Amino acid sequence: MLKPVKILTKNYDTPDSHKLQVYQSSGGYEAARKALGMTRDQVVDEVKKANLRGRGGAGFPMGVKWGFMPKDGDKPSYLVINADEGEPGTFKDRTLMERDPHRIIEGCIIGCYGVGAHTAYIYVRHELHLSKERLWGAIHEARAQGFLGPKPFGVDYPVDVFVHTGAGAYICGEETALLESLEGSRGEPRLRPPFPAQRGAFGCPTTVNNLESIASCPTILEMGGEQFSKLSSLHKFGDGGCRLYGVSGHVNKPGVYEACIGVTLRELIYDLGGGMPEGTNLLGVIPGGSSCPIIRPDDIVDAPDPKSILHEWHGKPQLDVPIGVDTMRNLGTMAGTTCAIVLSDRACPVLAMHNLARFYRHESCGQCTPCREGTGWMLRILDKIVQGKGSIEELDMLHEIASNIMGNTICAFGEGASMPMLGFLRKFRKEIEDYIRTGGSSSTGRLAL
Amino acid sequence: MGSTMSFALNPEREREMEDIFSRYPNKQAACIPLLHLCQEQQRWVNDDVIAFVAEKCDVPTAHVKGVVTFYSLFNQAPVGEHEIWVCQTLSCALRGADKLLHHCEKRLGIHHGETTKDGKITLRVAECLAACGQAPMIMVDKTYHENLSLERVDEILDALVGK
Repeated sequence: MLKPVKILTKNYDTPDSHKLQVYQSSGGYEAARKALGMTRDQVVDEVKKANLRGRGGAGFPMGVKWGFMPKDGDKPSYLVINADEGEPGTFKDRTLMERDPHRIIEGCIIGCYGVGAHTAYIYVRHELHLSKERLWGAIHEARAQGFLGPKPFGVDYPVDVFVHTGAGAYICGEETALLESLEGSRGEPRLRPPFPAQRGAFGCPTTVNNLESIASCPTILEMGGEQFSKLSSLHKFGDGGCRLYGVSGHVNKPGVYEACIGVTLRELIYDLGGGMPEGTNLLGVIPGGSSCPIIRPDDIVDAPDPKSILHEWHGKPQLDVPIGVDTMRNLGTMAGTTCAIVLSDRACPVLAMHNLARFYRHESCGQCTPCREGTGWMLRILDKIVQGKGSIEELDMLHEIASNIMGNTICAFGEGASMPMLGFLRKFRKEIEDYIRTGGSSSTGRLAL
Repeated sequence: MGSTMSFALNPEREREMEDIFSRYPNKQAACIPLLHLCQEQQRWVNDDVIAFVAEKCDVPTAHVKGVVTFYSLFNQAPVGEHEIWVCQTLSCALRGADKLLHHCEKRLGIHHGETTKDGKITLRVAECLAACGQAPMIMVDKTYHENLSLERVDEILDALVGK
């Protein structure tokens, strides 16, 4: 059910929304003040009750993650914010940084207190120059006001926040690669265990949260965790709150929209996204960033088991299932970043696959053999197919390579690169075979309208 | 020290370097921000910069080299006065990124990956720049240009080349 709200985005349309004065005039920093007057356990509890599933794609409950942080120990703890937004199709965090940076700084204060840290690093991809400028501006304003520094709001709990930048590597969005990069090294993911909560940044306990997740904290503290969770129609599945949705590709109104969780892909495409361009039909939608397997409009929910969380949508189009971490997982795809890429029937699925294979080939860090070799191999096969020189046998090989990357790498990039390939193969097998048989003349030969 | 390094930061950036070091519990963490700072000054990272950063961050030059070669934004060879990055990933491709790239190549008389003869512009392709809702887009130096038409690209190029 579509319930648009203006909570995270409430300041977006106010002139100078990035400035402290504007943020404070709408109640800004009151939630952080409140949090610092509570005990750490109470803060973590509110966040647990909020059922906030990480907004960076993995969907892990934020409160539970905070709960992993040690209560004592001789090492400092760190909060690290992942703003290395780069999953193709995803462009939501940038809007928060550009248009409401103080919300993020306030979230960092709450977050630091919740995980027992005194320092937060916001890891922003280098290309987002305006975002970095706005974040630094907000940090300086907050320091001048005493909200950051030795005694925020008069409480003896020092907090400082710094912006750290990457240098162009998608893999640094993976949390342990991000930590390597923060420490000044190549962004090669680490083996787990130890998990970051045990040994993260600089060998110390660390929580890594997505930027939108942390920006939701002021709201959680303000309205209370349970109330926040109940905004969502998937509250009963432990998937709470409101969040940012993005829609790009072949829709009339691409952009970022905020709504309570419960939005379906159909609503995202046709209501928020303004529908398909005239004269086109929906070919498929990638629900939440390029790693998520594609869904076709004729895909139907098959959940006859009353115990399945999808049972209430049994027999209905998959497009009409609310986008949630567990609902999408049960459909065989992912909610990811809830930023959908929409393909109309003007776009050729083989070319879309090829485009994504190129991306993953380019971004593999090269550390693990299955991923380093596999992404290259998949791209070479797709190169041949696109040029009209591919064979049906190679499609099976593509399937086998993708399957062999899955589960055999240090980090989830391997899955991220394989799942979209397997998704296209499963959903567009006929179209791809036709392309191979006709040397491409069955295809529209294009991605753009 | 006794260093004979031939790279040095200008005084303003020297101060910024001190500020960068103050943010982290160790020196190595300043490696990437410091490389950015050096690259801002001379547009690319040569061996002198690598030696400079290695000494300042107290790490072997091999470590800095490893970093420089890992990240796509560090220029390992001289580039033009301006850098144009054309996003090629799916959301942009669905809205005409191909055409946009070809148009830039034709206008500038170079392929992507190359620099114009007068040393003014380097043209490059980028993977997703997180502007998918405003596709197609290009980044010129530090500025995003979004929702582009070919006419708009021409205006941007005209302003850069200074007709």
